[in-house]
Amino acid sequence: MDAVAVHEAGAAHETHAKETFFRHYIFSTDHKMIGKQYFLTTMFMALVGGGMAMLMRDHLAWPNNGVLTPEQYLQAVTMHGTIMIFFFLTVMLTGGFGNLLIPLMIGARDMAFPVLNMISYWTFVPGVITILASFFVPGGPAGNGWTAYAPLSAIPAAEGGAGLGQTLWLVALLFVVISSLFGSLNFLTTILNMRTRGLSMGRLPLTIWGIFITAVLALLSFPVLMAGLGLLLLDRVAGTSFFEPTNLLVGGQISTHAGGDALLWQHLFWFFGHPEVYILILTPMGIVSEIISTFSRKPIFGYKAMILSLSAIGFLSFLVWGHHMFVSGMHPLLGAAFMGSTIIIAVPSAIKTFNWCATLWGGRIHFTTAMLFAIGFVSVFVTGGLSGIFLAIAPVDIYLHDTYFVIAHFHFVMASASLFAILAGTYFWFPKFFGRLMNETLGKIHFALTFLGIYGTFYPMHFIGLHSNDRRLYDNAAYPFLAHTGPIDVFVSLSAFLLGAAQLIFLFNFFYSLKYGPVADTNPWRANSLDWQTPTPPPHGNWGDELPTVYRWPYDYSVPGAKDDYIPQTVQAAPVAAGAGGEA
Amino acid sequence: MEQPGRVVDERRAGRWMSALIMFILVAGVLSFVWSSKDYWLLPLASTQGLTLDNLFYAILILTAIPFVLVHLFIGLSLWRFPARGTERAAHWHEHLGAELTWTIVPTIAFIVLGIYGEIVWAHIYSAPPANALQVQVVGRQFEWEFRYPGPDGKFGRTAPKFVTSGDPFGMDPSDPENQQNIVTVNEMHVVLNRPVSVRITAIDVIHSFSLPNFRMKQDAVPGRDVSIWFTPNKAGTYQIVCAQLCGVGHYTMRGNITVESQSAFDQWLGSQGH
Amino acid sequence: MPTQLVERARPGALRGVGGRGFGPSDGSALPSREPALVSNGLLGVAALLTAVIILFLALTSAYLYRRQEAGWSTLTVPAVLWFNTLVLLASSGTLEWGRRRIRLGDAAGLRRGVEATGGLGLVFVIGQIVAWRQLAAQGIFLTTNPHSSFFYVLTATHGLHMLGGLAALAIVTVRTWQGRYTAAHHGGIVNCAVYWHFLDLLWVYLFVLLFWA
Repeated sequence: MDAVAVHEAGAAHETHAKETFFRHYIFSTDHKMIGKQYFLTTMFMALVGGGMAMLMRDHLAWPNNGVLTPEQYLQAVTMHGTIMIFFFLTVMLTGGFGNLLIPLMIGARDMAFPVLNMISYWTFVPGVITILASFFVPGGPAGNGWTAYAPLSAIPAAEGGAGLGQTLWLVALLFVVISSLFGSLNFLTTILNMRTRGLSMGRLPLTIWGIFITAVLALLSFPVLMAGLGLLLLDRVAGTSFFEPTNLLVGGQISTHAGGDALLWQHLFWFFGHPEVYILILTPMGIVSEIISTFSRKPIFGYKAMILSLSAIGFLSFLVWGHHMFVSGMHPLLGAAFMGSTIIIAVPSAIKTFNWCATLWGGRIHFTTAMLFAIGFVSVFVTGGLSGIFLAIAPVDIYLHDTYFVIAHFHFVMASASLFAILAGTYFWFPKFFGRLMNETLGKIHFALTFLGIYGTFYPMHFIGLHSNDRRLYDNAAYPFLAHTGPIDVFVSLSAFLLGAAQLIFLFNFFYSLKYGPVADTNPWRANSLDWQTPTPPPHGNWGDELPTVYRWPYDYSVPGAKDDYIPQTVQAAPVAAGAGGEA
Repeated sequence: MEQPGRVVDERRAGRWMSALIMFILVAGVLSFVWSSKDYWLLPLASTQGLTLDNLFYAILILTAIPFVLVHLFIGLSLWRFPARGTERAAHWHEHLGAELTWTIVPTIAFIVLGIYGEIVWAHIYSAPPANALQVQVVGRQFEWEFRYPGPDGKFGRTAPKFVTSGDPFGMDPSDPENQQNIVTVNEMHVVLNRPVSVRITAIDVIHSFSLPNFRMKQDAVPGRDVSIWFTPNKAGTYQIVCAQLCGVGHYTMRGNITVESQSAFDQWLGSQGH
Repeated sequence: MPTQLVERARPGALRGVGGRGFGPSDGSALPSREPALVSNGLLGVAALLTAVIILFLALTSAYLYRRQEAGWSTLTVPAVLWFNTLVLLASSGTLEWGRRRIRLGDAAGLRRGVEATGGLGLVFVIGQIVAWRQLAAQGIFLTTNPHSSFFYVLTATHGLHMLGGLAALAIVTVRTWQGRYTAAHHGGIVNCAVYWHFLDLLWVYLFVLLFWA
């Protein structure tokens, strides 16, 4: 009991002993500082990953310029995918948004385990250093695809060069996995145990539901990747044969490996890999629900269905991994089973799309930049989801597997949709964390160019994919039927450059506004959730003397009879007098 | 979002955004129509392929409808419901009938599609007919090797321990049958209208034996033999593509597959060395 | 400092967690207090155990997948593993005894319990290393055959988690020496015990899987 009084009082006065620079900025245990550390680090990695893409597109449109050798091209492909998925999207959404938002949205002072939180970030950093270092070792970084299929990724002689890059890739990912697991257990404990009074699970903002289910998925899928990475690492450096069958003939020599199974890697990788891509979409779905509701001034349509569909997607995501392996050589019966489960998982995503549409209808829409990106999310998610149906139906996947059609699909649902939600969330929550607004004009330009750039870059990939243009091809010259894809490649590359350039507008806006943006008040968007009821920026301990009490769900927008078109969660209605109608 | 004293009027922004969405819709549909002339499914050359293509078109129609409808709906919402003045939004946010409808209708559509897909899948992986031409394929960095049986239609024994650089099939030297087998590199011939059964493996890393014109694709996995079969029904020479990243030379790993009459095939086979 | 105080606060018991209620309401009712069912620490340990279980399930599935292929043979059990198993079981016993003592307020008993556990835990880890060396002396290494590969991988992974457990135990031991645990407040002991018993059971599972299943 004493602990409570002391800690409540302690939080009341933030004038504790002055922390050193290290304690405050580097080894902070405050979730907001850690969240910002993650945000900036992953933002930087996004630029590195994007840079890889620009190199790839430069080469693909103008192959005769000699920008990249075949090996470098494959390295760019690999590092683009690896960095974007592991070092940008996954960690930005969990470490960045998760850390920044969870305590604020649930009325807690910090995470359940602040020291573990700090350790999570500082476990991520060695992963970043390792993957960046792999660019500079002899032989360069890994070049076997972000999927690193064995035996190619297991036998240095098969890939050219000494292959230290691939080994470092495995080590870097191990750091990321451990960091993420610590983060997940922190998030789960915090969300389950530290919600403030009145905030039941049934009154949580959908952003938190998204993060919650993401954390569950991460907890259950990352250890499988860890197992795979560990075994592959041993195959590479210790001569074990988990993934290599007997009598492989590589580079003219019979390999010493024996008795392993090449498909085992794929099973382990994709058992993780499929939940991973849902990890990358569930939090975005939550964020988009929040933003669409706030800027339509209307409750999210079908709150219960939204929670059920998030949960259903999470659950089903463990049952579909084989759809990455339809032509892998696994038994056709397995293929039939995975086709069935994959088709089912499309249903909850469809439900969510219709619910977002129904939220817009009848709203009073404010077209802030955050809202534009949230609406854009729905468009790119629909496009990507629909292309996924072609791939879910296994016979059609036979033709489309490993073509640009697949690349189009996942760049719409994963790259674009998740990216849009991250950008929407950034524009939305920037004023809360930094006390200033980002520039809306620049934001709208950024949105328009990004939206068009995304469609321009990835939509034509459906076409060349249908034309059987395979992935990871350095040069189409060997294939007569691809002789005329040149103009499309050029169009795609120009769109990609536009897309890349547009992000510079965002970066300028972000950093300029930190110092010079118009000052924001506590709740510029007139939103309901708890994060908007704190001071701006939230102090250490978030809530001042007393933790908030929650009386309602976060979607009381445009309640008939209410004075304002929003009612924050902390607002208690006056008890209804006899004969009086409506709310306080 | 709102500055005190300024009247809110988001109609202009709403119209711009609505136009942008409609632009995507129109451009998305038109570009597909445009691309169907030059960048479309490769010319079909197998009978299985036709069932696959029909399934593809069914999916195309099924997915085009929601693409159009959802974008239309969003565009319309943005046009009709921009914030204006102090008007309030509607407050409704539940409708069981709507929820059930848009749950059940897609589910039924997906189930029907799924059943259709399962039927085609079962057909693709059904057993090959007895008169199928037998070919063995080995993928290696960075070429395809093919093995045909001799006149008696039998393959000689192989074992992994006999695999060498010169002999990726690992033919047992003590089996005379192997003398009659024919091995070619990057060139495969098959007979028009005669089913062909291909047994696929690899000796170093995972490759993928892909015949896009025949709508066939099967990963070539070291340590594993996987068989597929198809019936070519259009003469000509087509591409064999490697469809799984297999190393730096992946983009060069290409072969030719020629579909010809039985007599032309026999002539070709006869003229190959052993 | 506020951060440390935040970390040590037991939120569920103190300010009430969440409450009931789904979706919209008129907001008039004052929400009830509902203590958390389980402390933060225990929930965290449960999440950690979930991840560790998944890790070993993945390794088990790789093991079973490989075992059905041709060319599989099983090593003979290094005798020292029996001793190690008994030691680890004993260490769970001592820790459990210590936990029960502190429930009754016996801090001295707790101290003896955690110290004994720490010692036995160290003996276990050393014993595992001895087992490895015994195998190496017979010429059985990581790459000798598939079973040996899995043996080393599984015991090493378990061993790494044991080191984590020993680190947690060290922290708990220091706090015991500082007299920080009482009959009412010894959550750290409970959390540590849960993790430790889990590692014990995990070892028994691996022992059976590797040599008798």
